[in-house]
Amino acid sequence: MLNRSIRFFELTGMNWLIPIANLLAGKNPKAQLNQLLASIGAPLVAFLIFLLLWSTAASNIKTSLGNLPGPSQTWEQFESLVDEHTAARDKEAAFYQRQEDRNAKRIEQGKEPKDIRPYTGAPTFFDQIFTSLYTVFIGFAVATIIAIPVGIICGLNSTIYTGLNPLIQIFRPVSPLAWLPIVTMVVSALYTTDDPFFAKSFITSALTVTLCSLWPTLINTTVGVSTIDKDLINVSRVLRLSWMTQIFKVVIPASLPMIFTGLRLSLGVGWMVLIAAEMLAQNPGLGKFVWDEFQNGSSNSLGRILVAVFVIGIIGFLLDRIMLTLQKSVSHDKTQEIR
Amino acid sequence: MEKQNNNAPTLTKRLTSLQKMIGATLASVTFTLATPAFAEELELEKEDLKFGFIKLTDMAPLAIAYEKGYFEDEGLYVTLEAQANWKVLLDRVIDGQLDGAHMLAGQPLGATIGFGTQAHVITAFSMDLNGNGITVSNEIWDQMKPNIPKDESGKPVHPIKADALKPVVEKYKSDGKPFNMGMVFPVSTHNYELRYWLAAGGIHPGYYAPHKGDTSGTIDADALLSVTPPPQMPATLEAGTIYGYCVGEPWNQQAVFKGIGVPVVTDYEIWKNNPEKVFGVSNKWAEENPNTHLAVVKALIRAAKWLDDNDNANRPEAVKILAQPNYVGADYDVIANSMTGTFEYEKGDKREVPDFNVFFRYYATYPYYSDAIWYLTQMRRWGQISEEKPDSWFHEIAKKVYKPEIYLEAAQLLIDEGKMSKEDFPFDTDGFRDPQTHFIDNITYDGRKPNDYLKKFSIGLNGDTVL
Repeated sequence: MLNRSIRFFELTGMNWLIPIANLLAGKNPKAQLNQLLASIGAPLVAFLIFLLLWSTAASNIKTSLGNLPGPSQTWEQFESLVDEHTAARDKEAAFYQRQEDRNAKRIEQGKEPKDIRPYTGAPTFFDQIFTSLYTVFIGFAVATIIAIPVGIICGLNSTIYTGLNPLIQIFRPVSPLAWLPIVTMVVSALYTTDDPFFAKSFITSALTVTLCSLWPTLINTTVGVSTIDKDLINVSRVLRLSWMTQIFKVVIPASLPMIFTGLRLSLGVGWMVLIAAEMLAQNPGLGKFVWDEFQNGSSNSLGRILVAVFVIGIIGFLLDRIMLTLQKSVSHDKTQEIR
Repeated sequence: MEKQNNNAPTLTKRLTSLQKMIGATLASVTFTLATPAFAEELELEKEDLKFGFIKLTDMAPLAIAYEKGYFEDEGLYVTLEAQANWKVLLDRVIDGQLDGAHMLAGQPLGATIGFGTQAHVITAFSMDLNGNGITVSNEIWDQMKPNIPKDESGKPVHPIKADALKPVVEKYKSDGKPFNMGMVFPVSTHNYELRYWLAAGGIHPGYYAPHKGDTSGTIDADALLSVTPPPQMPATLEAGTIYGYCVGEPWNQQAVFKGIGVPVVTDYEIWKNNPEKVFGVSNKWAEENPNTHLAVVKALIRAAKWLDDNDNANRPEAVKILAQPNYVGADYDVIANSMTGTFEYEKGDKREVPDFNVFFRYYATYPYYSDAIWYLTQMRRWGQISEEKPDSWFHEIAKKVYKPEIYLEAAQLLIDEGKMSKEDFPFDTDGFRDPQTHFIDNITYDGRKPNDYLKKFSIGLNGDTVL
């Protein structure tokens, strides 16, 4: 049990939990406490210093919307966002109730009841978090589906790689803000249905994420595939494996660590890009939340934007941790340190 | 967040089909006995609607119709969505992403005559009167102030005319510095009001010449006007990109609260009870969804009435709704300043302007042809319409865009349902207001004779002048 949980903590990068686990198991308490102090103490001190600097700096910076909010004001805004969320849920319940009542009345009058409509109110901050996550995953998934096969082909065939390399190098550093107007116009021109399943703004944001998060996976997959031990390839030739079997049994498993390194970088880029894309495409996610608050210009706006900044950061961190865990679990060299 | 709608209890559905059979036989009977409760049932072509708006207090009728359940009373499920700017809003109405929107009165007219995006857009509901102001930066205000006459208590005499601004503009001009000002859209009320105010004080705001491809509107200009979206006005002023702007509320009061500028004049003083926003839909949408359109207008009329009921008694509640981040989102105090009948000019100089925002009084919601024609005259005056047009053309375009017949049909339905009374609506008008006199330069406007009206201005195109 102890070893298993330590293994899990190592895998997920939560090394600081190991001494606690050891401590709970009663193993050499003094050494564990020292280790704990070293691993938790330093970040804790850094965080406290950060809060202190933030609150003193904030109280000295005066904007036209009042003082820059410090930690306590930001926390207040977080609480008010939670309150708004619960209030919106109550309103939503009332909205459905009204529909039920109206339908009951219609039935009484001998008429066909109407379909129950989805809630028409504005999404809350927390709804917007989920929209953002959904958008980034779709964009990331599409990028992965394109990048891994192309990367494998490039890795196996150096001619194709030489051909595509200049294109990859040119498009890789392009900012999402440059892609966005083009993506917007193309989506409006090509995506015309009467009853769209996805909103245009959603497609625009997701595609922008795809365009920007494609490259790390592509490049890492290429490198991963091209550096496979030649012996492995030779063995598969000797065994006369079919091309498909060779790819799935030899090439992909051998290059998985690099592919996952690429995926982890891609998801990080995608999440960063998404916020900018949502701001401009007006896709109802965290980016739009930040933009709307900036436009509102109320005395609470800055505090609410800061809440969003922290939430964006924490989610980005969690996504990275998840990818890191995956990356470590497919890594062949378990002793290698990956951060 | 998606909720599946087709999962409505199947048992009730089955029960209903049984009841429907009985109901069908009784239907004819109930119809002849039509009670008010049945009269409200319009056959709606479309029940799920999405309307756009810009973060301005005069979007209030939409927010109120939603929050007070007037849309739902009509069987409409409406989503309200803030738009980034007026161009995006108009384009989305034209291409059908939005079913309708809070629009500048000039937008349906401009679109229909083809200035900017060409499309047939109509309106059957005027959203409000007044509600705009002109704000200048503190720096300009300090230079203007010595030129403004004072009363005994030392306060500036209102209305402040652009005469006080003229020496400042001339000084900037002679120093070779362009005098930049912001307005919200080329066919916006704000553009015409700012131009009207400047021109009345002898400052030339510049001409458009679309036939030469010049749509910047700065030909011969003393003051250069450019487009900035309303919510960004205060930030742009603060950044020093513009020296002043004309915009709707709360963005003038915001400048006072932030201490970055001083509102000098309201549009109420430029033209008393001027028509402001309209609820615009594309003509195609209106033709495809006539009953839905009626239902929407009904809900909006009720909302407008609620906003003005009992001498603005509901306004504080309305302000609270508008202050929500998904609507206007500015602070309660900022919005309340203008919505509750006062307007703060220079910090501390708060004056009563009970009609600053009018939503229903003075038949504010009726789409008058004469209102449409005033906008068309201003488009001609500043060259957006580059050639001379006969009076009959002005009337024809007004009738193509403004649809009082739809409005009156909706009004009649509300009267039949007992929700409103006949006196609330101008049933006997021919669509033209009587000649209006309350302009800052004392020029009288008669919508029946647009070309004569244009000849009264010393600055501006008229007759057969072509740039």
